[in-house]
Amino acid sequence: MKTGTLTVKRGLAQMLKGGVIMDVVTPEHAVIAQEAGAVAVMALERIPADIRAAGGVARMSDLELVQRIMDAVTIPVMAKVRIGHFAEAQALQELGIDFIDESEVLTPADDRYHVAKAGFKVPFVCGARDLGEALRRIAEGASMIRSKGEAGSGNIVEAVRHMRAIKDSIAELTAVPKEELVSRARDLGAPLELVQEVAQLGKLPVVLFCAGGVSTPADASLMMQLGAEGIFVGSGIFKSSNPRAFAKAIVDATTHFNDPNVIVSASKSLSGTAMEGIDVRKLAPSEMLASRGN
Amino acid sequence: MTTIRHPRVGVLALQGDVSEHLVALEEVGAEATTVKTRAELEAVDGLVIPGGESTTVIKLLERFDLAPLIKERVADGMPLWGTCMGLIVVARAVAELPEQPTLALLDVSVRRNAFGRQIASGEVELEIAEFGARPFPAIFIRAPWIEESGPQVRILAQLDGHGVLVQQGRILGSSFHPELSPDRRLHEYFIDIVRDAAAIGKLARPA
Repeated sequence: MKTGTLTVKRGLAQMLKGGVIMDVVTPEHAVIAQEAGAVAVMALERIPADIRAAGGVARMSDLELVQRIMDAVTIPVMAKVRIGHFAEAQALQELGIDFIDESEVLTPADDRYHVAKAGFKVPFVCGARDLGEALRRIAEGASMIRSKGEAGSGNIVEAVRHMRAIKDSIAELTAVPKEELVSRARDLGAPLELVQEVAQLGKLPVVLFCAGGVSTPADASLMMQLGAEGIFVGSGIFKSSNPRAFAKAIVDATTHFNDPNVIVSASKSLSGTAMEGIDVRKLAPSEMLASRGN
Repeated sequence: MTTIRHPRVGVLALQGDVSEHLVALEEVGAEATTVKTRAELEAVDGLVIPGGESTTVIKLLERFDLAPLIKERVADGMPLWGTCMGLIVVARAVAELPEQPTLALLDVSVRRNAFGRQIASGEVELEIAEFGARPFPAIFIRAPWIEESGPQVRILAQLDGHGVLVQQGRILGSSFHPELSPDRRLHEYFIDIVRDAAAIGKLARPA
């Protein structure tokens, strides 16, 4: 069996499509997420809202905790590494993690370069604010892209901005004559081969999820209708007043994103309040997580 | 016998790699469509349950009340094909988790993640006797295998001594993902089952 191929790494992301991936900080959370219908969990020491509140340096989670979460569920388990911290990634691969998120939510380890992801057998997901950033990550070997949004903010506006930016640039590339593609690649800061591939496919060559700010069933529906192929929920579940109900409702809303009837039932089932949100315009530039990475 | 050239084949779209199957089915001449509701399920000649997360989809099948109708339609002769997650969903039982409910339409017991976690996922050239000498590019992702099967089940391909492609009447199950490779022979094989079933169904129906 040929393991760790491009097809197999991108393939796992394809299997997660239409699903919800939930941040969890304990094995008990992971079981709640699996029971609610999550397709995968992201094992963390602290959820983004708490990382944001605590300040300081946020690193890869305690591997003992990650292992206990892997043992608690049968769905795939993901974990985060700091941008550029390939040694954290090597450790997670050794542990047998299913997917690595090279994430701006943690404090970057390298302020210039990301991990050379193509050399790993385990697939990576990376955040992007626009098409150029998405294609640079794919060129480095990312098998899945997610919007960055503004993690831990409870505010969907940044995720909408990033998703629209990516989709609009893809639509533009499919419409322009091919002699423009070299200049477009230069402007995007992305390899020409990937720009040509996107122009021809009319989509990214890997799966595109939404992340950053999803806190209600309607948020999930909105992002799916804007073209996300699935949803990451970070703080939105375990910072709500009723995690079980929010987890299940966000799964239902993601599956039936185009049926307002289901969104109504999902929203009515919450019996609790969504997480508190932050106006991202009031965040200082140094507090914006999305601007980490390039 | 009237042949139906473009049978309507649904892909269960609760979660998973739905679009890849839609493309492959269209390429072999089906009219492919997504199935999320009972009404959509009523309107198809055959159903594919794609790759995805079995734990998730089994819950959603119950939650949105699709499981009884799938069983009813299959009992009436509707062809069904489960790939990877789909194989687990249609199996009689999950070997390592006997309490896990399934649709129990295919008389096999499966072991989930049988090859290991994601880093053990891989590609292999698989021999399928039905398809002759040219091997099939089989892509296994956190894949299950067949642990044990009933007398009605034909094992069409094996890997490491375990069944990875099986057929029982009009029900097909594969551990791997033919929708991720460019080889369309298995989609053609399934569409032929659907064409035959639809033609017989047309004759059987009163005018």
